[in-house]
Amino acid sequence: MQLVLEKRVERSNTIALVSPLIAIGLTIVTMIILFAILGKNPLLALHAYFIAPLTDGYSLQEIAVKATPLVMIAIGLSLCYLANAWNIGAEGQFLIGAVAGSWIAVKTQGTDAGAWVLPVMLVLAAAAGALYALIPAICKVKFGASEILTSLMLVYVADLFLDYLVRGPWRDPHGFNFPTTAEFDPVATVPLLIEGGRLHLGSIIALLVVAAAAILLGRTIKGFEIRVVGAAPRAARFGGFNANQLIILTFAVSGALAGLAGIIEVAGPVGHLQPGISPGYGFTAIIVAFLGRLNPLGILIAGLFLALTFIGGEQAQIAMKIPLDVTKVFQGILLFYVLACDSLILYRFKLVFPNRQVTRGTG
Amino acid sequence: MLDQTSNDLHSGEPPLLQTIGLTKRYGDFLANDSISIEIQPKQIHALLGENGAGKSTLVKAIYGLIQPSAGEIRWRGQPIVLSGPSEARSRGIGMVFQHFSLFDNLTVAENVALGLDGKESFKDMSARLEQVSKTYGLPLDPRREVWQLSVGERQRIEIVRALMQDPKFLILDEPTAVLTPQEADQLFIVLERLKAEGRAILYISHKLEEVKRLCDTATILRGGKKVDTCNPRLETAASLARMMVGGEIKEVKAPAGRKTTVPRLVVNDLSLAPSEAHGVRLEHISFELKGGEILGIAGVAGNGQDELFAALSGERLSNDPGTVVIEGIAAGHLSITQRRKLGAAFVPEERLGHGTAPRMKLSENALLTGHAASGMVHHGFIDTAATLKTVDRATETFDVRKAKRDPEAASLSGGNLQKFIVGREILRNPAVLVVSQPTWGVDAGAAAVIRQALLDLATAGAAVLVTSQDLDELAEIADRIAVMFHGRLSAPLATSEATREKLGLLMGGSSLEPKEAEHAVGA
Repeated sequence: MQLVLEKRVERSNTIALVSPLIAIGLTIVTMIILFAILGKNPLLALHAYFIAPLTDGYSLQEIAVKATPLVMIAIGLSLCYLANAWNIGAEGQFLIGAVAGSWIAVKTQGTDAGAWVLPVMLVLAAAAGALYALIPAICKVKFGASEILTSLMLVYVADLFLDYLVRGPWRDPHGFNFPTTAEFDPVATVPLLIEGGRLHLGSIIALLVVAAAAILLGRTIKGFEIRVVGAAPRAARFGGFNANQLIILTFAVSGALAGLAGIIEVAGPVGHLQPGISPGYGFTAIIVAFLGRLNPLGILIAGLFLALTFIGGEQAQIAMKIPLDVTKVFQGILLFYVLACDSLILYRFKLVFPNRQVTRGTG
Repeated sequence: MLDQTSNDLHSGEPPLLQTIGLTKRYGDFLANDSISIEIQPKQIHALLGENGAGKSTLVKAIYGLIQPSAGEIRWRGQPIVLSGPSEARSRGIGMVFQHFSLFDNLTVAENVALGLDGKESFKDMSARLEQVSKTYGLPLDPRREVWQLSVGERQRIEIVRALMQDPKFLILDEPTAVLTPQEADQLFIVLERLKAEGRAILYISHKLEEVKRLCDTATILRGGKKVDTCNPRLETAASLARMMVGGEIKEVKAPAGRKTTVPRLVVNDLSLAPSEAHGVRLEHISFELKGGEILGIAGVAGNGQDELFAALSGERLSNDPGTVVIEGIAAGHLSITQRRKLGAAFVPEERLGHGTAPRMKLSENALLTGHAASGMVHHGFIDTAATLKTVDRATETFDVRKAKRDPEAASLSGGNLQKFIVGREILRNPAVLVVSQPTWGVDAGAAAVIRQALLDLATAGAAVLVTSQDLDELAEIADRIAVMFHGRLSAPLATSEATREKLGLLMGGSSLEPKEAEHAVGA
């Protein structure tokens, strides 16, 4: 008896919907084993991770706040991945967006600049993220350089650039030598949705981005181009679509969204520019994009789920002294299972019996 | 078990190879349904059937590439279970595949060595290679690299490689599909000689005249079942075709009153360097195609047909706009979308992955080429209803059979998908249609529908360019036939004058008598 993978005639839409759930299930089973090895009660740990954050209003808001950058970045990445362009450097685009937007905030600090400050910050952040993403895209199109490597390496450049700014020219003179800018003025801050709460305008922007992506991919010829270039490159060329143009376009859009997410994070929940503004949003968003099946609505749900793991991880650390890094382990295992389960969309498992048993009758 | 009795009736030796109730199941699909055949020594046995009839499955089982789900294979009367091709080869079963498995950058001898089980030294092997190729009149230079060789020479490598293992039983899968008529004649001499030496040959083909000429026995498969075993020499091509198809094939009729009009596609001295290593350079190609006319391009595969298609479609651009003229407008520098807007339509050879995106729905595949000029897109938004309408119209007009209204392209059979692709383009009422291998791997019924559609399109005034390796197909629908060889295109011959001999010479790179060629241009 043998287990083989057999190709399906047509892709299974049921499995396409169910496969992320199977992946989550397998991840949780693996985590139970991991918690047991760490000597923690798995049930309590799972409760801390997945149930406790859902039980109070503050945590619920915090989930939405964390999900905001994840969803915005993941939407952009999904466009790249659908078009077979592998942007791994959203983290860097996020940081550069944060830096570019902060520039305005820092320069207008203490002046009587008006309501134009925040919109300009958002636009500048998006433009900077897009330009930063265009570097690997252009290297790919012009010189054939692997966009996976170049986009990833630019993350570290952005990280160090930000580090230099907040330790050097932009450091808050009254900040006791901490590497951070001064708190942004109110006109340079993303407004809250609920007075005294955590939820801010960025979450609304994220929802608009989801809706726009759904329309783009489902209804427009540009969205069709993106999908067909990724799914069947030769057919796309026959259709008259230019794959190189799409690499440029999708990198620019995803860079812009990552940059926008960066400034919203800095001008929103954080309130100033400092190192460590991102707990790896740009990388976690890759998991969000795939867990959401590169589908806008799926990404929204996946983004909320992974935000839950961030919050749950913090609670588990406080309540049970489970290291925060376990959250990253969890996210990594989840991506592994998501990609593994995806093969079930085009293939199915089948039990095969050796030939001799079957031919018995004719002997 | 039932067949055993018939076997016992044989008085003399058991057959060399025999399958008894051989069945292969893929999921719910029966690729082979209880097939029993017998192959005797000194016999050339034809295996006939349409695409999807189960020929490949059967020979793969005999060659040990797949395991039958039920039934058995007997070799000289003894039941055998083949674990893989190497076991088949060690028993004396050889196979020459339709698609060669050769490494372009290795020499002939290196390629042969890779296919053997490798017990002898490379030097001994090369010497034996030369000797075998000499003995059977299959000349090969062991030191040449494969990419320099013609398709016919590449096939020789495969045949010599099989012969070097001294097989008692040789399977040949559509060996003449890639040969000129003259090369095919030479192959037949080799096969007759192998037969005289006492070997048996299983010959897969759908060229019926060839089977009548060469084969002693023919087994016909249809829908995975054995339909009949007969002596092909006592049958007519028509009766064999009826057995293969299971009914009459609708005859393709050229509608009366076809007039040629103005030139709609003109190619002027088109030369183009290859885009990839070992590609073919197009050299000084010129022709003129009028409305109402079908021009056929014959030739052995790999002589520049793909490159010509890319240059005509705009998948590759030319620096000189005047090299390709569509509807009187210089289009050599225009993209495929702009050429479609001028009224051109294209059907590439490869259905899945080139003509369609396999995992996308038919409506999306209608949009793939229809977005240019068919009113399927308004202000950047897709008109889904219009794309579905194209699917429905193509389904109705060209009898596309499918499980639901809008399935994925990959789920259609080859014939039905090809009908959809041709239909998708014809429904746009093109002024110029460039189509490559329109009926390759398509069942006879679908092939007739497609050829009729091309004739009707020409009658309606379009200019149609058909590239095909099937000379019978070109003879049936083309008004003139030109031949591609090494990136050059011969002067077109009127179909009535394009005999197999003349076309065969051109396909092999010989030129016709100067006088004759001139005469043909005038025709």
